[in-house]
Amino acid sequence: MADTPITLHERQYHQLKAVLARLRMDSSARVVFLVDKDGQEIAVQGEIGNLDTTSLASLAAGNVAATGGMAQLIGEKEFPTLSHEGAHESIHISVIGRMLLIVVFDERSSLGLVKLRSKQVSQQLAAMMEEIVNAPKDDSDSPFAGITDEDIDSLFQ
Amino acid sequence: MTFINYASREINCKIVYYGPGLCGKTTNLQHIFEATAPQARGKLISLATETDRTLFFDFMPLELGTVRGFKTRFHLYTVPGQVFYDASRKLILKGVDGVVFVADSQEERMDANIESLYNLEENLKAQGYDLMKLPYVLQLNKRDLPNIIPAADLAAELKRKEEPVVEAVASSGAGVFDTLKAVAKQVLTELRKG
Ligand SMILES: Nc1nc2c(ncn2[C@@H]2O[C@H](COP(=O)(O)OP(=O)(O)O)[C@@H](O)[C@H]2O)c(=O)[nH]1
Ligand SMILES: [Mg+2]
Repeated sequence: MADTPITLHERQYHQLKAVLARLRMDSSARVVFLVDKDGQEIAVQGEIGNLDTTSLASLAAGNVAATGGMAQLIGEKEFPTLSHEGAHESIHISVIGRMLLIVVFDERSSLGLVKLRSKQVSQQLAAMMEEIVNAPKDDSDSPFAGITDEDIDSLFQ
Repeated sequence: MTFINYASREINCKIVYYGPGLCGKTTNLQHIFEATAPQARGKLISLATETDRTLFFDFMPLELGTVRGFKTRFHLYTVPGQVFYDASRKLILKGVDGVVFVADSQEERMDANIESLYNLEENLKAQGYDLMKLPYVLQLNKRDLPNIIPAADLAAELKRKEEPVVEAVASSGAGVFDTLKAVAKQVLTELRKG
């Protein structure tokens, strides 16, 4: 048994995107995104261009998992935020429950501002995510309830 | 953990390739990467040491196509095989939807296979998963080499349940997609159960 799937509905998705859009404005960031702790992208907002957000999501999750492992070895539960500052581009990651909020920013912003703004939206994001994860599952409208072997085979043609 | 996004009409699943060091996990991903159209896959990311051993993981997102109007995307991961990387192996199993165990068919690697399989079961347990209930495929790799154990004997030793067993030569690509298909099919079938 794998974990129960997380289902994100249209309304929830747009609410999350709206919060990310505001955070991006308020922190003058390039890109803001929300990622599951397992590395799966939930929502993105910003100047994506040819940024490989899928890989970035996976590596950020690996990064958080690895530093979380280090935290436990020294007797901490986890490190709630991580930041990496480059010459021009930087990344700030906050752990919010089972999600990661990732902000990519450049000289137009600063680590202090990004930290502050990320912290300001984290409760709101946590509450929204709580609602998504705990939503009662209604399997009757699942598009996969009626999935057939032929549907699956067709993927490998 | 499977992630279903109704807004972008995507489903995302996580598959982990497990097995002893040098059994061919990274080679499986490399073959999938090379044999897949660029628009269907992302980058193959390898976090490797200078000696080319997988240090943390290899990762590749792969889009298989559309089921019931939903884009299906599989996130493929490999784990480092060396015993001393156990901490990173545990982390990579978090949120896993399906596992491929890549066994090295060479006689002298039998103990390493058994040890790694035991380690997989332990690490899954530590994350709250049960191998017996997880989508799972056993791949017998390196079937091209001379000093190999007969497939039936190897399977008898390593099979844990009624999992599909696929013979492979990952370095030439034989059996690689059959393995992926066998695990992907089980993962998608799980979704039917809700
Ligand atoms: N002969 C042969 N060599 C293989 C096969 N699969 C992988 N290899 C080789 O085995 C070595 C280790 O493979 P790698 O994928 O890096 O192992 P990993 O540690 O499991 O990721 C490499 O030199 C591969 O080319 C196979 O089916 N047959
Ligand atoms: Mg490897």
